[in-house]
Amino acid sequence: MSQFVRFTIDGTECMASRGQYLVDAARENGVFIPTLCNYPGVKPKGSCRICTVKVNGKLMTACTTPVAEGMNIENESADINELRKSIIELLFVEGNHFCPACEKSGNCELQALAYRFRMMVPRFPFQFPNRAVDASHPRIIKDHNRCILCKRCIRVITDESGRSIFAYRKRSASVEVVVDPKLGKQLTEDLAQKAMDVCPVGSILVKEKGFHVPIGERKYDKVPIGSDIENMQSTKI
Amino acid sequence: MKTGAQRILEKYGKDKTRLMDILIDVQNEFGFIPREITVQIADELGMSEVDVDQTISFYHFFSQKPTGKYHIYLNNSAVANMMGRNDVAAAFMKELGIKFGEVTPDGLVGLFETACIGMNDQEPAAIINNQIFTRLTPFRAKEIVRDIREGKSVNDMFVQDWGDGENRSDLIKSVVSNNIRKIGPVLERTFTAGQAIDKLIKMTPEQVIEEVKKSNMRGRGGAGFPTGLKWEFGRNAKGEKKYIFCNADEGEPGTFKDRVILTERPRLLFEGMVIAGYAIGATEGILYIRHEYKYLQAHLESILQMARDANYLGKNIQGKKGFNFDIRIQFGAGAYVCGEESALIESAEGKRGEPRDRPPFPVEKGYLDMPTVVNNVETLCAVVKVVLNGGEWYKSLGTTESTGTKLLSISGDCKFPGVYEVVWGFSINDILDMVGAHSEDVQAVQVGGPSGAIIGRNEFNRILGYEDLATGGSLIIISKHRDILNDIVLNFMDFFIDESCGSCSTCRITPTLLRNKLLKILNARGVKQDIEDIVEWGKILKASRCGLGQTAANPILSSLKNFRHLYEEKIQKNKEYDCGFDLSLAVKESCQVTGRVPNI
Ligand code: SF4
Ligand code: SF4
Ligand code: FES
Repeated sequence: MSQFVRFTIDGTECMASRGQYLVDAARENGVFIPTLCNYPGVKPKGSCRICTVKVNGKLMTACTTPVAEGMNIENESADINELRKSIIELLFVEGNHFCPACEKSGNCELQALAYRFRMMVPRFPFQFPNRAVDASHPRIIKDHNRCILCKRCIRVITDESGRSIFAYRKRSASVEVVVDPKLGKQLTEDLAQKAMDVCPVGSILVKEKGFHVPIGERKYDKVPIGSDIENMQSTKI
Repeated sequence: MKTGAQRILEKYGKDKTRLMDILIDVQNEFGFIPREITVQIADELGMSEVDVDQTISFYHFFSQKPTGKYHIYLNNSAVANMMGRNDVAAAFMKELGIKFGEVTPDGLVGLFETACIGMNDQEPAAIINNQIFTRLTPFRAKEIVRDIREGKSVNDMFVQDWGDGENRSDLIKSVVSNNIRKIGPVLERTFTAGQAIDKLIKMTPEQVIEEVKKSNMRGRGGAGFPTGLKWEFGRNAKGEKKYIFCNADEGEPGTFKDRVILTERPRLLFEGMVIAGYAIGATEGILYIRHEYKYLQAHLESILQMARDANYLGKNIQGKKGFNFDIRIQFGAGAYVCGEESALIESAEGKRGEPRDRPPFPVEKGYLDMPTVVNNVETLCAVVKVVLNGGEWYKSLGTTESTGTKLLSISGDCKFPGVYEVVWGFSINDILDMVGAHSEDVQAVQVGGPSGAIIGRNEFNRILGYEDLATGGSLIIISKHRDILNDIVLNFMDFFIDESCGSCSTCRITPTLLRNKLLKILNARGVKQDIEDIVEWGKILKASRCGLGQTAANPILSSLKNFRHLYEEKIQKNKEYDCGFDLSLAVKESCQVTGRVPNI
């Protein structure tokens, strides 16, 4: 079996290593597939659904699906883009996102995707849920209002013995991501910063620190999310 | 308390993957799972507290607050409501002086709601301290509360006679009825334990798979995947150990056939698991049963023991060298999504019942990352008959696409609710005749539970089978006097909202938005745009990970397709669009506080 596979994205011939996940395979070919819950280095958990593509006509999440020989992938079609836009809007109405007051503004992937997909105002009614801000831990603030329940923190941040510091609680619309009462207190400065960086939105903030990089100079302030991938010379093998 | 928990932890060898069993035992012993025990479990198993907590808080029957010495879980399914559940609920509340979700101040009784408990043929029904109470009336509710106050044990609270068949046996003693109304080649009575195993050991595993393939049998859980093919994948998959799972989670509202098989034909089912194990080379079988059927535990355990004593389970089965297979029972704790095979595996590993991403499929990487074949109860029973009578025989029953027989769970507005074994190819009209429902009195039939379709009279000539109306086997008959949108659709939407595992953005958020649209229409505030929105927004759910999310809009979408007039009658005429914002509602609270009257 060859180590490489051929496939197409929106009709363009692509090539990647066998077994790579579609998002990575696409990236290597200079194609951006939006992601939110995906994070490099940890097992994907297709929970945000934003990376949904059509593989041979079937809806699949690109972060969890390994590329295979001959796949026809639909990424930039009207249907798929509309679906992604509606998912972004769903996430906006589900929580309470007041971007101008958020430390993460400009570095926030949800906000950046909303710009990229030209969301004006969500088509769905705002739910305005009653959610708490948990500031009981010495180093971090967990703002439930902004959590999009992507599980990145759960999968990335653990203590030395591999125990979870963040975890889901409850299910359905009442799901929330909580911090372990004991381990949350022992969080080191580095891990706290890492947790904040891992979070795609402003739900985990490091205490007593803010606006280090001024608004206007942040990651997505000048270029849309994904443009780094698209501007990259495609590394065709 | 600590020593009690310690004993339970040791019983399961402090094995993290047995967390479900540990929690079930703790819940049973203390009536809830106290925080200090959560911490103790976490410490002993080398987990963090939130990690244990995420499993606990996922399941409906685990509670972190006391649930009372007696805990009453009253079913709130659509059919329960049709059969008068609301009056029973009111009687319980009145007699106990509490609302649902509360415990009496003296800690004696807790009153809770629960989704369909698999008793649709004898509703209203409730689970009280793991015992099932069926055919409740307000009078009966009063009696139960009186008995509780007198300190009677649940087993002394029955005034009805025991149900039919094995329900009367010493190890069950339940008022549940099987209501088997029609017996076919799978349910027939002549089967005796070991019959098929004797034949099995003279065949090679490949021959067994060949016969099953020849039978054209498709999985009975609803998805309809060819059973023989699944087994072949399982056989060819590589792994140190392989597992057979029997999915007896049966959570689809309206379905109860598995309950009847577990009660009446457990030997048949276990034999099916042995056959599957032999075919794919598995040494362990796990029967995953929904918590609602805990009352069958002693009965099932004793039959497993008999099978072990007779060497139908265990080592070198019936003298066949190297043929080792045993079965253990795993209970769930109240989560519909665990009926999805990968969620079921997660749950059996002691985790939240969240479906996995696929690929990999469970046949390659399932329970404890080993190759795992998950089959439905009915499928496993049917393969026994295939081994006994041959694949050709099975194929001769039913239609080309849908071979063999199907067990139907029929409930709702009909004379004879119960379980019917029919060969595929029956029309809805045949079924209505069979169960004593006059088709002119019937307004609709819900086929395949909430995730299925609601069909009207113009479709009653459709045929049950994979080629036309595929179904996991539940049929709910809805008569003319019912209000489909209020009684059925709204109930089903609430069900999906509660049962989502909450992991996919789509499935976690969209059903609530759709339900709110439906409520708006039911409250006569709907406009034409709302109907269009429902259709558009419903499509988003197709991007969800599992079948639950993908079908969560079906109650609304299928009723909108087949009963559009019910929606159109209720929306405001001459109003195409509104901004979706209700000013008077938005200022209601502040007006109340300030005592002002809105000037709208
Ligand atoms: S806190 Fe951030 S990283 Fe964690 S689940 Fe919420 S949004 Fe995702
Ligand atoms: S579709 Fe719903 S139930 Fe299924 S995995 Fe996603 S959130 Fe969970
Ligand atoms: S990035 Fe793939 S589902 Fe979230």
